[in-house]
Formats: sequence, structure tokens, C-alpha cells
Amino acid sequence: MDVFDKLKILTDAAKYDVACTSSGVNKKAAAGGIGSASASGICHSFSGDGRCISLLKVLMTNVCAYDCKYCVNRKSNDTPRASFTSRELAELTINFYRRNYIEGLFLSSGVLKNPDYTTEQMIETLRILREEYRFLGYIHAKAIPGTDSGLIARLGMLTDRMSVNIELPSQSSLQLLAPDKSKHSILAPMKYIQNRIQENSTDIIKYRHAPKFVPAGQSTQMIIGATPDTDFQILNLTEGLYKKYKLKRVFFSAYMPVAENALLPTLDSTPPLWREHRLYQADWLLRFYGFTANELLDQQHQSFNPFLDPKCNWALHHMDFFPVNVNRAPYSDLLRVPGIGVNSAKRIVISRRSATLQFNDLKKLGVVLKRAQYFITCGGKAAGGFKITQDKVLQSLMSEKTLGMYHQSFPLQSQNKQLSLFEQPPMIPSGCPQEDLQRCLTSPI
Amino acid sequence: MFDQSNLIYRYDGSFDGLLCCVFESYEKKEIPTEIILPDTSQTLLFAAKEIRTDIQKSSRVLSSIPEKMGFDALNFIRRAFLTCFTQKELYILLFLRLGYRHGRSIMGMLTDNTVNTLFKAVKHLDNESHLLKGFVRFSIFSNVMVAQIEPQNYVLPLMTQHFSERYPEERFLIYDKTHGMALVYQPYQSAIIPIEDLELPEPDEQEQSYRELWQLFYDTIEIQGRHNPKCRMSHMPKRYWRYMTEFGSSPKKSHLKLEDTAKLFIP
Repeated sequence: MDVFDKLKILTDAAKYDVACTSSGVNKKAAAGGIGSASASGICHSFSGDGRCISLLKVLMTNVCAYDCKYCVNRKSNDTPRASFTSRELAELTINFYRRNYIEGLFLSSGVLKNPDYTTEQMIETLRILREEYRFLGYIHAKAIPGTDSGLIARLGMLTDRMSVNIELPSQSSLQLLAPDKSKHSILAPMKYIQNRIQENSTDIIKYRHAPKFVPAGQSTQMIIGATPDTDFQILNLTEGLYKKYKLKRVFFSAYMPVAENALLPTLDSTPPLWREHRLYQADWLLRFYGFTANELLDQQHQSFNPFLDPKCNWALHHMDFFPVNVNRAPYSDLLRVPGIGVNSAKRIVISRRSATLQFNDLKKLGVVLKRAQYFITCGGKAAGGFKITQDKVLQSLMSEKTLGMYHQSFPLQSQNKQLSLFEQPPMIPSGCPQEDLQRCLTSPI
Repeated sequence: MFDQSNLIYRYDGSFDGLLCCVFESYEKKEIPTEIILPDTSQTLLFAAKEIRTDIQKSSRVLSSIPEKMGFDALNFIRRAFLTCFTQKELYILLFLRLGYRHGRSIMGMLTDNTVNTLFKAVKHLDNESHLLKGFVRFSIFSNVMVAQIEPQNYVLPLMTQHFSERYPEERFLIYDKTHGMALVYQPYQSAIIPIEDLELPEPDEQEQSYRELWQLFYDTIEIQGRHNPKCRMSHMPKRYWRYMTEFGSSPKKSHLKLEDTAKLFIP
């Protein structure tokens, strides 16, 4: 089997890993070495599915001793198997890196023999890269659950980022679909890595040249839609991981049906991409916008609104928070306005020092007025000078078609209307479809 | 201040030349409506005023900028000068005039039309140089790495540091076809020099096989069930594809004498 076949098999087996980021660490090659990394991360290409390709994402081997039901590489699956030798993989990485195809290496692996043996193979590859080629580019390695902590420590000294996959969002789902893994075997290495990073950061204060342990932090990923866990559970778990384990990122991957199993969605089901998208939006709100999981979802509303993004949804249910005065509101309040993002909020804070902002100024700063106008005031004035109701805002945030679907799944609560003695009967003929009705009622908002 | 609606400056195209325009504008108390390059061939209704580049004048302007409005502003207009924005010269002049009046706060006046226009142009430049740090593809010919790009903005000065730090022990050349310039590097020395044209030889066997390996990787890494060409295009506009190995368009194949490229390197 030549390198072409191996690369094909082992890339194909690795492509369901989501993380391909190269961010979180700044460094440059010393004389005689090769490679650097920038904290913002650099995307080198984008594949046909629109995902960033930043790292050479391959498995060391796709031979696996485990039999996780959702995984293409499970023991019981009849698929061609291959393994890279450490030297082969190191050479491939360096040659890709020299041509600027990649930012570094993303190394994961199936479990060959046992977790310790597999990790030793990975360590050898990274050792060749770091010591023989003096490679300083980005390396992301997966910690295999169940590996000896001494080996994880060695792996961590060679990598920039490590990750342990949570795989499924709850212990019961794990038991059902990944019988060889348990919550404990996943969280133990995660905790260990976190402790080592913590220790290392105090070492670096004492000794400037102390070798760095996983300087870009750790991340994890979980599969969405293979099990009945709700968005609320997933989001809470995510928040917990950020707080307790100090993760840099939590990735979600919509379940792609790769296996026929009574416990899993059928092979012809489509991946729940919109759900993954909403989770990522919520994830951003947690990390950069100061929201908490409980604000976005609660016991009564366990899943995201498919028609509205989580921030708009929050805003519509908290109309008492608005309008926000753009010229005075603190940064944290600006962030809560739909249509204002981190960048535009920062620009607002900077530019309002020298001038009073008007609506057309906001447009220049990158605010999406189409959404934001209902939630802000400039110099005491709202955009249209009209009274804003939840329904009006909804109409302008969505296309008519989606609005129709929205009303079907979320019927309007009874409107608090003042009773009138002379109530006009509805003037619209009853045959008029809902959408047309809305159009003629609401066009000049 | 004279309101001269027909005043046009012509400068030599250098940054110093532009600073002399600023000097002239203050000395004569006038604001031009246009600043043009020497080889602008359009027929002008009014004669352009020739601005001679005088290093003494330009260095006076240069040293006053960080003093009056901070190093951020200087750094900003240096980058603005690299953009492909057609009226960049005029807008830099207007920006500096505003800066002398308002001082350091000029960098926060994002809603001002002049400042806003320049900020957008610089953002375009920064975005493009960031993207190209990833999209540049080197081919290796007898241990010299060669790449071609066709950017809209003049990004080479912004890429020098990145690639020098990344490949400190290599010899490489990045040819900017739009501007006819090339970044050349050999260990611990780099320079940007004008180059008319660059023709590359046939790739050797090793080079060819790594290109094919990369194409194989690129095609395999996609999850077919999530195919989304629109998303790819918005992250990676098609104009960059031309020189990217994964789309099978290796740099132009033709005859080149390697001694020629070797000569390009700094002696």
C-alpha cells in the first residue's frame, strides 16, 4: 500500500472530526527550524462543504479495538484499514508545510491494540517533527480516553492543542452507543490536561523558559442528533465545560448517518444542520456576548427556535430590556442588541466619544440596522417613531414564508386588546391565504 | 483657505511624494480635488500642479504625524497607501488634515466620511493579506520555493514578516503579478524587487507527487453529505483559486532557466 492509498483511507476516516482550528498561540521558528503560528489562526483552504482546512487532518491508523455504534471506524465495520508509520507521516507533514498547504498537523487515531500503544505511536511522530525537523508549526493531537497519564503528559509537551472527544452529550447515550467509553474515562484525561496547563502556567511565571504544556488549550466535540438529548442539555453541558474545564472551544457535529443500527437515526435521514448552526450561534453568545445557557433556553423551552436565531429570540422575549440608547448604554448592553456584534459594539464605544451617533452613522459602523432598528434609540429617537410590538418585529425579521411557518408552530398568544363596543368585523375575505394577508397588512412598516 | 475646485496635484507615486503633497497643501493653504500619478493618461480639463518630491519636506511631515496623532495613525496611513482604493492619495491627505486638527482622537472618528472610507479600504487590505497568508502555494524547484499571487491590494510588504518567520532557513520568492513585484528571501535577508514576468519550469517528479497528494487530501476531506459550494465561495472567493494547487491549476508550465531565478536572490 503506497502513501496515496494510506492518505485516502486515513483522511476519509478523519474527516468527521470537526475541529480544524489553528488558533490560540503565537510563536516563530528559531534559527535552524521551520514553522510559526499566529494566535488568530490561518485557514489555508476551504473544502467543498465550506469547512476550513487549516491542518493536515488524518488518523495515525483507522484500525480500532472499540465498537462505537456511530463511528465509521468501529471494529465491526467492513472498511479498508491502513496505518501510517511515524516517519511517513512526519515527512508528509513537512513537505505539505513547506509548500504552505497547511498550518500544521491534526493527529487523531483509532485504538490500535490499546490506548497506550496508540499514544506511543503518535508521540513518536510528533517527536520526529519537533526534534528532527525542528518543526514549530501548529500540532493538535487527540488524547485517547484510557491512556496512561504519563503518556498524555509527554504528548502534551509536543502539541499546541489537545482534545478529548465527549462524543455524546450524556452518560446514558454513551452507554448505549459507545459501550467501551464512559463519562469517567473521557473526563479524567480532560481534568488531567487542565491541571497540567494550570501547573505549567505557574511554572512559566517562575522559569521563563519552562517548556510549555498544550499552550493553545484544549477543546472537545460532541455529536448532535444521534441521541435524544435536547438543546438545553447540550448547551448546559457546553457552559459547564467552559467553566469547569476551561476549554477553549466546544465543537458540535451534526450526525452523519454512517451506520445502520436500530439505536441510531436511519441511513437516509439528513444531518440536523440547522440545529448544529443554532448551537454554534448559542456557543458564540456564551463565549463572546456574556449570555448564560439559562437565559437562552430553559426547562419549558428545551430546543431552539428554528426560525429565529437565539439572540433575536432572547430579545423578543425581553422587550422590557429595550430600547437601548446607543450613545449611552454600556458595552455589555450593546452586545445584547440583535444586529450589533462584537466588532460593531466596539466601534460604537470608540466612535461615540467624539460624536453623537445617528442611525446613518450606525450603518457605517457595520450595525445591521434591519434587525437593530427595533431595539435601539439614537439621541432619544427610535427609528420609525412607531410603537414596537413583538409581532411587528417578527414580521420584519423573517421572510413571509418563514413567518407563516413560524406562526404555525408558535401560535400567537392571545393579544391583549382593549375591548371595544364598536368592533369592526374583519374586512378580509375568508379565502385570502395567510401570507397575502400579512403582506397587505404590513408592507409599509 | 482658497476654494479651488479645479486644483489637481501630480506626484511621483512614492509615499514621500504624497507627504510632499500634504506639505504643499498646508504651505499654499489649498486643498486639491484630486491627486494623480505621473503616468495618468486621462485628458484633464485643468493642468495638474507638479509636486516635486523633497525629502526634507516629507520628513518634516513624517515626523509630525506620530507627534500630533500617534503612531497608530502613521501605521494606518502607511497601510492605506498600499490599498487598491483609487482615491487613496486624496483621502490620506484629507485624513491628515483632519488629524492635525483633532489630534489623537482622529483614530476614533469612525463615522467621519473620510476616516470611514479609509478604514474600509484598509480593512479590505488587511483581509486580503490575511487570506493570502493561507492561500499562497509554493512549488519547489531545486530547493527554491516559488509562488505566484494576483492580489487586488499591494500586500507583499504585509506578508514579508510572516513568511520570513515561518521559513527562516528556506529560499523563497512570491511573485505579485498585479503589481509586477516579488518578495525574495534567503536566510535572514528579504527584499521586494520589481520583476517583469515569471515563468516556471515543469515540476519535477517529487513536486508533482506532492501536488497530487494534496489534491487527493483536498477531495477526500470534504463530507459529501454537507456539500455547500456557496459557503466555500464566500470564505474563499474564486479569484484566489487560480494559483491554488488543489484546483489543479499549478503555476504556468513553461521553460525557465533556473539560473535566472537564482540571480533574483540578493547577492
